[in-house]
Amino acid sequence: MAAMAPALRVCRGILKELRASIGPTYNKSLAYNYVMDQFRKNKITGERYCRAQQEAHHDSNTYLCLLGSTRTHLALHKLYHVKGECSQESAAAMVGLRLPTQPGGKGWEK
Amino acid sequence: MFRRLVRLQGPLGNILSPDKVCPRNQQLRCAVNYSSALAEKRRFYKDVSISQSEGGLYEVNLDRRKLKTPGGKLFTAPNEAMAIAVATEWDAQKDTLKYYTMHLTTLCNTALDNPTHRTKEQMISAALKFLETDTVCYRVDEPPSLVELQKNEWDPVLHWIENRYNVTIGSSSNILGPEIPKETKDTFRQHLKSYNFWSMTGKTTDPT
Repeated sequence: MAAMAPALRVCRGILKELRASIGPTYNKSLAYNYVMDQFRKNKITGERYCRAQQEAHHDSNTYLCLLGSTRTHLALHKLYHVKGECSQESAAAMVGLRLPTQPGGKGWEK
Repeated sequence: MFRRLVRLQGPLGNILSPDKVCPRNQQLRCAVNYSSALAEKRRFYKDVSISQSEGGLYEVNLDRRKLKTPGGKLFTAPNEAMAIAVATEWDAQKDTLKYYTMHLTTLCNTALDNPTHRTKEQMISAALKFLETDTVCYRVDEPPSLVELQKNEWDPVLHWIENRYNVTIGSSSNILGPEIPKETKDTFRQHLKSYNFWSMTGKTTDPT
């Protein structure tokens, strides 16, 4: 359907995502070694249409999409969900209003 | 009476504390507690690794403990790639554990536990039911710009499916929808049967 990105770009993309999610020690992680092994193994193929290579390419694209989407989802969650409930004053302040005050107290309070 | 209530709370409280459930000498088998999605669980492990067990299955280890599914089963992945991907998800957690980011872990747990006890045939039937009411087959006749949009976006998809699987689906603009011939459904059923149980779970699980 949609054209798939070339293998080198996918490889770089996956490594970037790993670095973003794990941190500076990403090149000692399991995933890094496995991904590099797989890319090296599937790079050279004797046949013109190697099914294993096509499948590995498709899988790598899928995994890159998953990693990128998870990171975007986490960023969105942090942006919109972290604060939770805010007080009445701050909720009103968000739209530029202030809560009404009634000096002398409301009649039913004691 | 109050003393009796206090005494009742004693044994209940003990069940909940993790030290009693997993005594120290059984720490290798301690389950990861998935309960209480509201409470913030801190990252309690330093290293994540995988190991291979008998039968060619792979397990994920958090420090020295083996990962388990919410159903209590031992987590086993059918191949190394899946195990490494799950291990990466756990490794990517920072101070607190955010289960909503661990999508592959969730899917694997569903495949292993199968909490709704579905067989592969039930999953295939459920998926095929959607074919009769698929949005892409339902068209409207007006306004003309919407008809144009439907034709441009949805027709290529339908043509691709019809060519790829050699079936007839067709689109319709009446309220009952297209009539899907039995051969079409059988073709799809045959194609879906070729996937194994894990792949079917991945296809049909609702990612809430």
